[in-house]
Amino acid sequence: MLTAAEKHEIDKAISLVPVRKAAGIEALKVVQDHRRWVSDESLRDVAAYMEMSPEELDSVATFYNMIFRRPVGRHVILLCDSISCWVMGYENIRMHLTKQLGIAYGETTADGRYTLLPNCCLGTCDCAPALMIDHDLYRNLTIDQLDEILKKYE
Amino acid sequence: MEKPLTQHIRADKRPLTLKEYEQVGGYEAVRKVLKEMDPKSVTTLVKESNLRGRGGAGFGTGMKWSFVPLNAPKPKYLVANADEMEPGTFKDRILLESTPHQLIEGMIVAAFAIQADIAYVYLRWAYKTAGHAITRAIEEAKSAGYLGKNILGSGFDLEIHLHTGTGRYMCGEETALLNSLEGKRATPRAKPPFPQVSGLFGRPTIVNNVETFCCLPHIINNGPDWFKQLSRTGDAGTKIYGVSGKVKRPGAWELPMGVTMRELIEEHAGGMQDGLKFRGALPGGASTDFLVEQHLDVKMDYTDVAAAGSRLGTGTLIILDDHTCPVGFVRNLEHFFAQESCGFCTPCREGLPWVEKILTSIDAGEGREEDLQLLNFHTKYLGPGNTFCALAPGAMEPLQSALKYFREDFERHIQDKECSYRGKEVSAVH
Repeated sequence: MLTAAEKHEIDKAISLVPVRKAAGIEALKVVQDHRRWVSDESLRDVAAYMEMSPEELDSVATFYNMIFRRPVGRHVILLCDSISCWVMGYENIRMHLTKQLGIAYGETTADGRYTLLPNCCLGTCDCAPALMIDHDLYRNLTIDQLDEILKKYE
Repeated sequence: MEKPLTQHIRADKRPLTLKEYEQVGGYEAVRKVLKEMDPKSVTTLVKESNLRGRGGAGFGTGMKWSFVPLNAPKPKYLVANADEMEPGTFKDRILLESTPHQLIEGMIVAAFAIQADIAYVYLRWAYKTAGHAITRAIEEAKSAGYLGKNILGSGFDLEIHLHTGTGRYMCGEETALLNSLEGKRATPRAKPPFPQVSGLFGRPTIVNNVETFCCLPHIINNGPDWFKQLSRTGDAGTKIYGVSGKVKRPGAWELPMGVTMRELIEEHAGGMQDGLKFRGALPGGASTDFLVEQHLDVKMDYTDVAAAGSRLGTGTLIILDDHTCPVGFVRNLEHFFAQESCGFCTPCREGLPWVEKILTSIDAGEGREEDLQLLNFHTKYLGPGNTFCALAPGAMEPLQSALKYFREDFERHIQDKECSYRGKEVSAVH
């Protein structure tokens, strides 16, 4: 069941486009904002509301990197693995994170606090290496900053 | 040196408010086109300015607009491509975060020229600061009467909406972006029909890059001849260039079109980090051919970079130094392209993961003699004309040029069964 707040936000997205279906991705994002990820049940509810088949909506949901069709932790760490960050040594950051958190890419810590994902170029290549946690961007990263940064996200 | 696009960016990068933007001449171009010009003469002026699309392809902006049927019924659409995701590219971010009103003003000028009544800013999801800046600027422009119905009493209507993307490199491709805006998978469309005739929701549509839009108010205010004289070459205007990699001062700068790669690296980026030598660079993002030492004095414009065998692309250099492995460098790029292939056409969907696997084994010291032939084979069969869109041909550009300029590195990996660069990297991260 979609909540009233979710429906309200989805309606707003629908009002901006001439075809209801065109707001399908926006609707998924609304639900993800409220529930952190899009479960099969959520997907079916959104599809019904958008007057689409669940299959059609899922074909879209699974296409985009930022729609999570599997559960994620309270905070999602998106580590840039593209070329400028590679040149500047992001792999050391990755190794430190996987060791500290005890998880590989795509996994969530046992306490449900962090999910670690690789991410394409974050467009801040002059300040590589970079990562995002939720909506926050961190640049010019060094390993000794990482623990402090992680602490901010409970 | 004139820097029209970035001259008003503050040291702390905070965007100008509407009032501040107006105080430095903001929205004068909108007044001029709405009150003194007709749509056709705006397009003619932009054609005369020789402005070429700053997204990477370099198509003439005025020419692109001229294919929109002016008498077609509404709605007509305009889209700002702000889905900056070409690896190594960080130029539009600066304009989006710090000069949102300049983008909006450029969009109003373009919308008037093609008589579009609805516009979208298709913004990269990761650009949160830019999202706030644009949302606020749209609100301000609306309340001041620069957007909405009957703008400045001219009878021209335009609404602009911010649309935030959901993460896929393909969305930067014009027709895939339109599919994405329609709520579909971002796969490319067959052309013709071109978007100018049948684009978003089947209506005439123009998609331009952020930096392209930001040039427009200045062209309107100062004229095409002024715009041309900003450049050192036949390709007009300034360009926002960038340098990333192991240089002393990575960054982005607005400079006359046609500065050389040497100037960018040595003067603006402060030269290579101590102990490192320049080996090559991708001149305009991940999907451009390597240029090497012999090209350092090539003028960084569309024409000269093409003559040197590459593309200006986005104008943001990614530097390869002599302690970084060219095989690993290209492997990283091909991993990106393989991941981001939309899967719509077979050569790209099947070929890119194959290329990535070959490069991964060479990098790991498990390459075979025949692998280089296989890689060559892919550069041809994933090249122009064999795939549905430009993604795979773009992916082959750094590979084919790496095989040409750094062939001995590939061969040594295969012969020695190891990467001799391991442990040699001077890492910025400790």
